Amino acid sequence: MKYAGLLVMPTGFFLAIAALILFPDPARRGLFVVCGLLVQVLGLVVTVRGHLLNRGETRP
Amino acid sequence: MMTSSDHGASGLAAAMTFALLLLAPLAIAGLALVNAGLGRSRSAAQALLGSLAMMAATFIAFAGVGACFAGPGGSAVFTIAGKNWNWLGTGPVLLVHLDKSPIEAQLAVLFNCLAVALAALIPWGAGADRVRLVAGWLIAALLGAFVFPLLAHWVWGGGWLAQLGSNFGLGDGFLDNAGGATVHVLGGACALAVVWIAGPRRGKFPKEGLATAMPGHNAAYVLAGCMIALVGWLAFNCAGALLWLHAEPVSLVVTAINTLLAAGGALGATLVVTWVRFGKPDASLCANGWLAGLVTSSACAALLPPVAALFTGIVMGIATPLLVEFLELALSIDDPSGAVTVHFVGGLWGLVTAGVFAPQKGQLLAQLVGIAALLGVFLPVVYLLLKVLDRIVPLRVDPDGERIGMDLHELGGGAYPEFVIHRDESYR
Repeated sequence: MKYAGLLVMPTGFFLAIAALILFPDPARRGLFVVCGLLVQVLGLVVTVRGHLLNRGETRP
Repeated sequence: MMTSSDHGASGLAAAMTFALLLLAPLAIAGLALVNAGLGRSRSAAQALLGSLAMMAATFIAFAGVGACFAGPGGSAVFTIAGKNWNWLGTGPVLLVHLDKSPIEAQLAVLFNCLAVALAALIPWGAGADRVRLVAGWLIAALLGAFVFPLLAHWVWGGGWLAQLGSNFGLGDGFLDNAGGATVHVLGGACALAVVWIAGPRRGKFPKEGLATAMPGHNAAYVLAGCMIALVGWLAFNCAGALLWLHAEPVSLVVTAINTLLAAGGALGATLVVTWVRFGKPDASLCANGWLAGLVTSSACAALLPPVAALFTGIVMGIATPLLVEFLELALSIDDPSGAVTVHFVGGLWGLVTAGVFAPQKGQLLAQLVGIAALLGVFLPVVYLLLKVLDRIVPLRVDPDGERIGMDLHELGGGAYPEFVIHRDESYR
């Protein structure tokens, strides 16, 4: 699960980059960059959740 | 054509940058003291020796390999949609011909050497009391040779983030005063990866009940480290403003004042929050608040008016104790130095405020694209690199080593041989 989250984070980055290339309009560009960041936050949440699920097994 | 007065001005800026960079190691020394003080007494010598070893590793790795990827001299560029994307430096290895380079290029190498050493201490503090010396050394070498130089090139070496202004009309491109992104967010991401991979200290999160409190062993080290770090931070921020933002020397006073206001505002806010929350101010959380304010100033001190710098620090000071508690209790992140909150979150907040308060159109969007690169490229890359490293050289010490303490296990002697060392049971 944590690796799935880590894979989602670059997806958000590529969304932000695509917005720069595809949209000259500042408003739409800004909206897509923010969407890319939200995707990254989602990926981070999934990664954190993956670590929380494993914590019982790894507690020393 | 440069006039003699232009030469004089650039010579003055270069001399000032060099003088400031000679003070910058105090930030590293301060952070090393804070890390040692927030760890346990049975790991204090290993923490400080590790800090020295990490500095050595980053200096050698950056000078030997990293500088060729970081610098602006020669670059790998690809073109998409008619725009050039400069993604990697391709300068000479081993700093060949550095002595014949322009003074600005030499100062950039010196700044980067010190910046990457500071970045390497951040995961070392987060992995205190359990990460082995050799693993820390290898993490520092990886940071110095590959990861930091790539980001430094993107931000400071004329890379695609720096060119967001000229390519896409986003303000002046991604701006990072003195390492808010390249040092602190990167170091914080590395700290998060270390904490996740190495796991919590033994007994920190028992199978039943709340997390165990493991207070730092020496509040005097921690608070003295904060004061020492201030001098280094002032030097870093002013040198960064001259070197990366091409600020005029007369503007440095405001940069220095902004650094003080951000740190002071953050400390004041943390003091009040911990006082209200616990009935008394908490020394280690206040130290975290102070450092978090300094970290935010690294991203934006030369870019904001003083009132905005104070506001930035106050917000970070309020957030710091709450985030430290949330990460520990809700997310089971055992981070003795508070590195994830202080450096990762503090750096991100500073980068955002640099965009929010900038007068240039599109600057906030440039900062957000830079943050997207940090979260989308560097956090996953650092995690995967350290995961692979952990398979080859385990980051974490064996249980017996953790029980007797890193000093005895790794160095054969403690930092305080005449003191009684507390065992794990004393924390319950």
